[in-house]
Amino acid sequence: MKLGTLEQPIFAQKLARAGIAVRFGPLQIRLRTAIKPLAGLLHHFWRDFPLVDEPAIIDCHLAVSQHSLHRRWPNPELHILVDGRAIGPPFPRAHHFPMLEWGVNFCLARRANHLLILHAAVIERHGLALLLPAIPGHGKSTLCAALIHSGWRLLSDEFGLVRPEDGLLLPVPRSLPLKNASIDVIRAFAPQADLGPSFEGTHKGTVAHVRPPSESVQRMDEPARPRWVVFPRWVANSRLRLEPVVKPDAFLMVATNAFNYNLLGQTAFELVGQMVDACECYTLVYSDLKEAMAALNELTDSARA
Amino acid sequence: MPDRFCQKRHAARLLIGALRQPADLPHLSPADWDLLLRLARHTQLLGRLEADLAQLALLDRIPERAGNHLRAARNLVAHRQTRLTWEADRVVWALRGLDLHIVALKGVAYMLAGLPAARGRLAVDVDLLVPQEQIAAVEQRLLERGWMGAQLDPYDDQYYREWMHEIPALRHRERETEVDIHHRILPRTSRLQPDPALLFQQTRAVPDSPIRVLGPQDMILHALVHLFHEGDPKEGLRLRDLVDVADLLRHFGQEPGFWETLVPRAEQLQLGRPLHYGLVFSRQLLGTEIPDAVLQQAQSSAPSWLVQRAMGWLVPRAILPTHPDQSDPIAALARWALYLRAHWLRMPPGLLFQHLARKAWRRVQAALQPQGSGSSDKPSGS
Repeated sequence: MKLGTLEQPIFAQKLARAGIAVRFGPLQIRLRTAIKPLAGLLHHFWRDFPLVDEPAIIDCHLAVSQHSLHRRWPNPELHILVDGRAIGPPFPRAHHFPMLEWGVNFCLARRANHLLILHAAVIERHGLALLLPAIPGHGKSTLCAALIHSGWRLLSDEFGLVRPEDGLLLPVPRSLPLKNASIDVIRAFAPQADLGPSFEGTHKGTVAHVRPPSESVQRMDEPARPRWVVFPRWVANSRLRLEPVVKPDAFLMVATNAFNYNLLGQTAFELVGQMVDACECYTLVYSDLKEAMAALNELTDSARA
Repeated sequence: MPDRFCQKRHAARLLIGALRQPADLPHLSPADWDLLLRLARHTQLLGRLEADLAQLALLDRIPERAGNHLRAARNLVAHRQTRLTWEADRVVWALRGLDLHIVALKGVAYMLAGLPAARGRLAVDVDLLVPQEQIAAVEQRLLERGWMGAQLDPYDDQYYREWMHEIPALRHRERETEVDIHHRILPRTSRLQPDPALLFQQTRAVPDSPIRVLGPQDMILHALVHLFHEGDPKEGLRLRDLVDVADLLRHFGQEPGFWETLVPRAEQLQLGRPLHYGLVFSRQLLGTEIPDAVLQQAQSSAPSWLVQRAMGWLVPRAILPTHPDQSDPIAALARWALYLRAHWLRMPPGLLFQHLARKAWRRVQAALQPQGSGSSDKPSGS
């Protein structure tokens, strides 16, 4: 049953009392919170995700709650609890949604050490996946948001989850946080994108979220084989350059991009090696989203044959 | 109310059951798996459950999602153990040429000696014991070769060196693992004063390393000191420390002559009391098999009847996990009480008062100075 089939007041009530168990790809969480405006946003942003039939094994028990008494007034603060313990410092109440989304990602990054976790956006076309490894400020999320509203399927904006058994990428299609100028760029570029409210003054500036497209969420149990690795970089006024990367360089760039490369040791070494061997690897420098998309579409059209 | 009480006990029963009878884990319900994973994560015993199930070839017979968590824990344990082994190897390299007697303690020792206690064990620091008179040379050499000391202010540094059982932690500037160099196993302020010279007399060699490990009895006594004389008020006594003790007893209990010398050795080291508690609770909670004669022998170090009753009530409540979604004031009280007990045993009240007064005065001074150093806010070793 999808979360959105619960009526909003019932959802908010359950969330405040017993909590709601929901699944994002491989990650099952249970969340409890009585913060009303947060419940409203979650009901919308998480509406396509399935509720978990309980009793079940939950990967992460989360709560968003008021900070201790002396922090409630005059500027109320919240914190995120995982298994009853606060993660990170308290934050202003107004930042509930972006901080919770970060908290869920934190759980995945900390607890999915049975998988190789790359810090990358992953999208799919013609049944094959393209990885956009992240370097903060290089425009991965913006490019990803543009592509998933132009015929690509979203696997993830944040995590390339590689399954060691077969090297396939597992989807975890969570909402995309756009930062600062990117928000208006995407609003203009893809008016059909479902953009949430802007949260100002977070530690990453102003953030607004794109709801993952329903079709991507419906297909979140279909893994994809990696075929392309493209290291994107937005540079103002630059002309478009899509250039191949030699495999040894690509290996290092992917390995150093992983959250848990050291932790997985030999397994990670082999997985990254296989992935880079099997993929075409490029760097992409761009200033114009349309040009960048055209180049990626052309690059990946060859796979249709 | 009765329902809530059952639930609390249920959490403890679940984790203890998993540790004692891992073969029964395939029959667990999803709800119990959910709770067990939370409890095992909290007590840092996830890796241990994985190792037990792997040994029994039962990993394929548990729910896939539980298996994922256990595999993740195994990967983390393997990574930490690699890092620790490497750090110990680098310390050996750095100290080459010095005529030293280096003894590994706890996690590193279990790994080097290939003991069953090392399986699935999440260790963080490299703990080493060196004779007091060699501490300066060891520290000097490590500092020359890339390790760095913790930045303590002069008072804290002096306090540490004067009263503690170790010097401030060292860390190599390119790596994350801390190296703790001990010269004794309890602080100098402690009421119990096991003589370190006695420990060095019974160390054992391990394969492929110049580092040595404590003798079997001493290794167990050190694990017990760690269990009953350290800890923090929130976490209470650490169940994983008792698991170490139980593992070591089970393993070394097979060696001829082990049981006969255990109690005399403990008495020689002034550690008869912690051994008494260790044997009692290891048997009661983890089902460790201990010869009756040994228990009787250890009884001579037992405290008064009243204290025995009090500890018998406090220890299980402080050491067993409680349901993570429910507060348990009784357990919290037991944890506090045993923390205070440990602190009391580690530090005479007069010295504690002096130390706290000194810290408070320095904080006042720092607050009064417009641009104080601010260094008094750093954590001390106490």
